[in-house]
Amino acid sequence: MSASSLLRLEHISLSFKGVNAITDIGFAVATGEICALIGPNGAGKSSLLNVINGVYQPQQGEIHFAGETRRQMSPHHAAELGIARTFQNIALFKGMSVLDNVLSGRNLKTRSSWLEQTFRLGRVHGEEARQRQRAEEIIAFLHIQPWRHAIVGQLPYGLQKRVELARALAAEPRLLLLDEPMAGMNQEEKQAMSQFIIDANREFGATVVLIEHDIGVVMSLSDHIVVLDYGKKVGDGSPEQVRSNPDVIAAYLGNH
Amino acid sequence: MFYLESGQFSTAYRQDRRLFRLRQERLALWLTVLAAYTVVPWLGNDYWFSAILIPFLVLSLAGLGLNLLTGYAGQLSLGSAAFMAVGAFATYNLLLRLPGLPLLAGIGLGGLVAAAVGVLVGLPSGRIKGFYLLVSTLAAQFFVQWVLTKFSWFSNDSASGVITAPPLLLAGQDFSSPLGRYLLTLSVVLPLVLLARNLLHSELGRYWMAVRDMDTAAAVIGIPVFKAKLLAFAISSFILGVAGALWAFTYLGTVEPHGFDLNRSFQVLFIIIIGGMGSILGNFLGAAFIVLLPVALSVLSGVYFADWLPSGQLENLQKIIFGALIIVFLIKEPDGLARLWQQARARLRVWPLRY
Amino acid sequence: MSFLIEVLLGGLLAGVMYSLVAIGFVLIYKASGVFNFAQGSMVLFAALTFVSLLERGVPFALALAITLLAMLVLALLIERLVLQHLVNRPPITLFMATLGLSYIIEGGAQVLWGSQVHGLELGIDDVPLEVGPLLLSQFDLFAAATAGVLVALLSLLFSRTRIGLSLRAVADDPLAALAVGVRLRRMWAIVWAVAGFVGLVAGLLWGARLGVQFSLSLIVLKALPVLIIGGFTSIGGAIVGGLLIGASEKLAEVYIGPLVGGGIENWFPYVLALGFLLVRPAGLFGERAIERV
Repeated sequence: MSASSLLRLEHISLSFKGVNAITDIGFAVATGEICALIGPNGAGKSSLLNVINGVYQPQQGEIHFAGETRRQMSPHHAAELGIARTFQNIALFKGMSVLDNVLSGRNLKTRSSWLEQTFRLGRVHGEEARQRQRAEEIIAFLHIQPWRHAIVGQLPYGLQKRVELARALAAEPRLLLLDEPMAGMNQEEKQAMSQFIIDANREFGATVVLIEHDIGVVMSLSDHIVVLDYGKKVGDGSPEQVRSNPDVIAAYLGNH
Repeated sequence: MFYLESGQFSTAYRQDRRLFRLRQERLALWLTVLAAYTVVPWLGNDYWFSAILIPFLVLSLAGLGLNLLTGYAGQLSLGSAAFMAVGAFATYNLLLRLPGLPLLAGIGLGGLVAAAVGVLVGLPSGRIKGFYLLVSTLAAQFFVQWVLTKFSWFSNDSASGVITAPPLLLAGQDFSSPLGRYLLTLSVVLPLVLLARNLLHSELGRYWMAVRDMDTAAAVIGIPVFKAKLLAFAISSFILGVAGALWAFTYLGTVEPHGFDLNRSFQVLFIIIIGGMGSILGNFLGAAFIVLLPVALSVLSGVYFADWLPSGQLENLQKIIFGALIIVFLIKEPDGLARLWQQARARLRVWPLRY
Repeated sequence: MSFLIEVLLGGLLAGVMYSLVAIGFVLIYKASGVFNFAQGSMVLFAALTFVSLLERGVPFALALAITLLAMLVLALLIERLVLQHLVNRPPITLFMATLGLSYIIEGGAQVLWGSQVHGLELGIDDVPLEVGPLLLSQFDLFAAATAGVLVALLSLLFSRTRIGLSLRAVADDPLAALAVGVRLRRMWAIVWAVAGFVGLVAGLLWGARLGVQFSLSLIVLKALPVLIIGGFTSIGGAIVGGLLIGASEKLAEVYIGPLVGGGIENWFPYVLALGFLLVRPAGLFGERAIERV
């Protein structure tokens, strides 16, 4: 395991009331890389993401992130450490505008208290302008400026996916977890989203772990692929290594 | 045509977050506030102040309080009247037992007491979610009413828990005339609305809406959900407490715990349903509705239905109409009068064109 | 010691009455996921209609039949005018709609029949019955027996009949039920009618005890703690919850009440329910919903 791994999982096991979702999984994600988690449905990919950012607590195993080692991590602490994510079924705040959603992603960067903000004291004005500026940069990055004041619940699916990515990026995360960011998109939209992810990785310096079903996208996008099947790891390496791995092929096509 | 908008662009973020982005609307707002302080006192009479304007203002404030908790933070509450009662009785006791305490300070402190009670009532929200949380606010509603009736200390040992208004002196001036009470109420309500507006457009306001829309996601992106909920209960109860004090002292003059019963809580809930949850203007529209409808009904029935409507039935008729309106609003326009207003305004912006 | 048992039994029997009202809620919630705040006003409406008919000289059985018919019509109207239009809305919206409904029904009942208190005689002497060393109220025993019969009938309805099966399907997943051909709207009308019938029984019993008056509709407020403890979807839970609330309320009234000046029965059930929720946030019989993100 290289010393420059940002995230390292060791012997993670997770089960729900007797059903094993994840069994003894371990892998490392190097700083600055794009790592894809692939595997058939039900293989435990979303559960693994949920473990990484603390939504699920694994029964066994350890997570090493940014110098800290933990098994139990609260989502709040994960956010504080710099882990941001998007969700399979969009978890946006549907009643708020795009701008408000993106701003909510910056909640950990705000210093002033609610009292100061209510009475519009001193540092509030400067801070508000700075937050707005950062949010606008991200909105511009994802080309969603025309919809900044639109209520998210009324936007089409593809735009909502972008807003969710914007909210995650607004937190200036070190690790970005994307759960099927291209689900339900056509080829063009997928290309656009791929480009956004690559740019996020290069320009914003975010290490990316994403779950994706489109193998073509995965092959072109990722530096590192981890393959899961039935909650176990069956492949781990570069795209070329994984592509020729017989276990991986068996997992997708079935045995014998 | 009325909205000649061209050329009005925000060039700084500060301009973008103003109350109204259009110059015309800002002007209209200032004129309304000015009129409230000058034209209305000049034109109005005692009846209008005492029976229409003051309850309108106080109920708008109460609606605002509940709206913060239910409309913005998504925590359903049927205990609004309990917080109003705490505010009223706390203010009364503070002004009574601390001689020399200025009136506004008394009201403010009464609100703080209500806020403390609100935090207590909101504590279960860490464990209990959604509909079940109703139990906590209902328990508060009944418990507070019982305490205030049972323990006469709160009402200075009066027989049935009745309290009367303290002298309404502000900087030596007596504000107990209908006009005085109106101006006093106006001067308390408007700043609170402004502060609430700032709050709702700030980070805490976003926290509340996030908790309302999807609290699990809110926790995941780092929002302190429990703290946000408690603050919602606290601030909402503060405003309701102030509204309760105003209700008791500038509107009614005397009040007993029974006046802050479950029906009052329902009344405040109806205000925000009809007016629009998650809106500031909605509270005013809803309160205007609730205050004016009985007046309109009794006038109408006096004119048209006097013959076949027995006198005691007016109240029941009101009930039926309220109930029906609630249902109609929930079906047709769940975002209430505020949304209708927004739609009208949007049409007005492009009039005489269609869109 | 026997005093304690008397109080306890008295509370349990009172609890049976609460259960009766709670069952009406459970029925509707089971079938449509709506917490019907208007149940209380339906009880009031049923009782008022029945009593007013009796007072106008209509014979008992006929009055009962007419009232039942009126409840059925009410159920149909509610389904057609209100529920139908709120099909996919969140539960909060439906709850608030039933709030509005309760106002309409209450106001309407009193416009129709007036707002004075009516006495209701069901022909049972309230002479206490001696069972061993204890004195029990005959009326309470009758109420308990009625409730028992009602619950047995409802259980049969749900488990043995086809309608019962359809109702359970609708409660579980309305869309799936639609997909297999269950007539959703008809089911809802049936459920509300049955709830109306249960409301009638409850209304008669409560009316005989308290007199038929406006405060009858406040019974609904007592039902909420019962439902929270017993769960919203279980008739058995409603019984257990009702008994628990009835017993504890009576015991608290007798033993704690004098210490604090009495009158605690208004809030005690709620505080009890709150305590319950803190320990078991999904109620005694409820299931924990797992939120999938």
